[in-house]
Amino acid sequence: MRIEVSRRQMPSRAFAYLSPAIALALTMVLGAVVFMALGKSPTAALYSYFIEPLTETWSLHELLIKATPLILISVGLSVCYLSNNWNIGAEGQYLMGAVAGSAIPVLMPEFQSFITLPLMLLLAMAGGAAYAAIPAFLKTRFNTNEILTSLMLVYVAQLFVDWLVRGPWRNPQGFSFPGTITFNDYALLPEIFPASGRANFGILFALVAALLVWLMLRKTMKGFEIRVLGQNPRAGRFAGFSAAKMTFFAFLLSGALAGLAGIIEVAGAVQHLNEKLSAGYGFAAIIVVFLGRLNPAGAVVAGLVLALTYLGGEAAQISLQISDKSARVFQGMLLFLVLASDTLIHYRIRFVTSGAAAQEAN
Amino acid sequence: MKKMLGIIAAFAIALSASPALSASHTMEKVKACFIYVGPIGDFGYSYQHDQGRLHLEEALGDKVETAYLESVPEGADAERAIERFARSGCNIIFTTSFGYMDATNKVAGKFPDVKFEHATGYKREHPNVSTYNSKFYEGRYIQGQIAAKMSKVGVAGYIASFPIPEVVMGINSFVLGAQSVNPDFKLKVVWANTWIDPGKEADAAKALIDQGADIITQHTDSTAPMQVATERGIKAFGQASDMIRFGPQTQLTAVVDDWGPYYVKRVSALLDGTWEQVDVWGGMKEGHVVMAPYTNMPDDVKALAEETEAKIKSGAFDPFTGPVKKQDGSDWLAEGEVADPGVLLGMNFYVAGVDDQLPQ
Repeated sequence: MRIEVSRRQMPSRAFAYLSPAIALALTMVLGAVVFMALGKSPTAALYSYFIEPLTETWSLHELLIKATPLILISVGLSVCYLSNNWNIGAEGQYLMGAVAGSAIPVLMPEFQSFITLPLMLLLAMAGGAAYAAIPAFLKTRFNTNEILTSLMLVYVAQLFVDWLVRGPWRNPQGFSFPGTITFNDYALLPEIFPASGRANFGILFALVAALLVWLMLRKTMKGFEIRVLGQNPRAGRFAGFSAAKMTFFAFLLSGALAGLAGIIEVAGAVQHLNEKLSAGYGFAAIIVVFLGRLNPAGAVVAGLVLALTYLGGEAAQISLQISDKSARVFQGMLLFLVLASDTLIHYRIRFVTSGAAAQEAN
Repeated sequence: MKKMLGIIAAFAIALSASPALSASHTMEKVKACFIYVGPIGDFGYSYQHDQGRLHLEEALGDKVETAYLESVPEGADAERAIERFARSGCNIIFTTSFGYMDATNKVAGKFPDVKFEHATGYKREHPNVSTYNSKFYEGRYIQGQIAAKMSKVGVAGYIASFPIPEVVMGINSFVLGAQSVNPDFKLKVVWANTWIDPGKEADAAKALIDQGADIITQHTDSTAPMQVATERGIKAFGQASDMIRFGPQTQLTAVVDDWGPYYVKRVSALLDGTWEQVDVWGGMKEGHVVMAPYTNMPDDVKALAEETEAKIKSGAFDPFTGPVKKQDGSDWLAEGEVADPGVLLGMNFYVAGVDDQLPQ
């Protein structure tokens, strides 16, 4: 018997819906094997992974906090990737947005008014967009590879934040430790239901952004332009679309959303700027984009799922005493299998027995 | 960020001016939970905290149950991890890195019945938060003396993590120890800007050796510098834990963080109903800092090290005793003057003899 993989003429609609379910089922089975090998009950492990974080209100709040930056960033990146602009530097744009937005409460702590926060959000979006404009400019002007330039600028941003919070922006009352002063109340993002948890209005921004970008992609000429330039730049040129303008549009949009995610994290959950700001959201969001199939609505679901695996990994560590590493292996397995199962959308797998093969040969 | 200093400074105490919780009821069993910044397999900082946890289990047996979370990031995730512990029935939670400071205090406010112990921080905003730390610099002074005796060229290399007071304090203490033996001793510093990154740490060690250092010491947590020193045939000091396994012919000694006794003490206090808010900065005297066996050195060097260790342990000597000049040549400590803990805990200057510019 041999296994044949052949390309489908049309992507399979059935598998487009089935593949996440197949991936989940395979993850469960393989995960159960891994947990059994570790001597843990697989049902208890799967429960603490997927169910336990959803059983308590405070934990749902935490899920939203964790998912917010992932969703915001990946919504922006989906526009980039659909239009064939490979922005890998969302992490840097996230940090620069956080820095730009933090400038107000750090440099002008006395400026406390109801417009403080809106200004911070706008400034953060401008900061993220400006930072994303650099690789866009280099690409359109000098034809540099935006994957490399945007990625390298991440390290520049990281070191810049590090320098700021250890140097000029350091909290003078902080005993020489890095980190800015804690923001004043006007500079903090309010919590939605403070009584039950600390989720803040950031999640609403993320949902609104996803909705707007989804509408743009589906209902507007711009959305059409994005897809045409992404799939067939030549056809796009004939249609009179400018690839250079599109590069700027995609980078500025994704940079602005990443910057917004940055300030939401700072003004929401962390409440001051420090060098530990990002847990790699800019990179994790790339996974979210592809899990969400380059669709803003998909990004919302994928962002929540990825956030759930972070929380679930923690729950499993506590309730089962498994190590951080096994929790991560499980997370990696899930992501890998989701992407692997997507193969079924475009490819058909056939098990050919030798008898059938012989018949075919005749 | 981790490993920062507990603060004795008055303002921190003022923040938590409310009276300590009065002794409550005794407990049958305590669930003690630990949050680590690194993996327990780092063989450095987090490993030592986990050794402390295991020591606690061994010492108190049935009376204690433990749980831990490793590699918990110090951003927005920390608060969630701590809150999850607080909700999962932990009676006392040890948050073992500086970056958990604000998160620890926030969660402590929400869970007044749970005790919180934050390592290396200075905020105690609620009566159920204590802080604890160790005077690692005491061991660094002894290392400096050994380095000055063992070095042929009179230059040591120091792999530093971040320019925070605790690390600066360690560098200064090392230099003062070395100068007590050889007044011309020089120290080169490389800032790795990481607590643990074996690749970067190894590169830093190589760079320092290429610049002429023939003794390596580190304030980063991996065993990579020890292994590089072994390859190059020079001597080195272990960090946080006894790293003799990684350099049997290389390690001179190591400053070992021994958290076990503190954990036993605090959990026992909770069992007895005598737990109270404290701010502990313990050194060799309190058993927080232990020197690994003195190895790979002649007997006279070993004797000197043991003598200094005994003096520090008995309280007869403090590494930061004058006369000491700052790097810029100005006087810091007069003859016989001992440094004020408040100054040490915010230390942001070098003493004379450090061949480096402190990043500002």
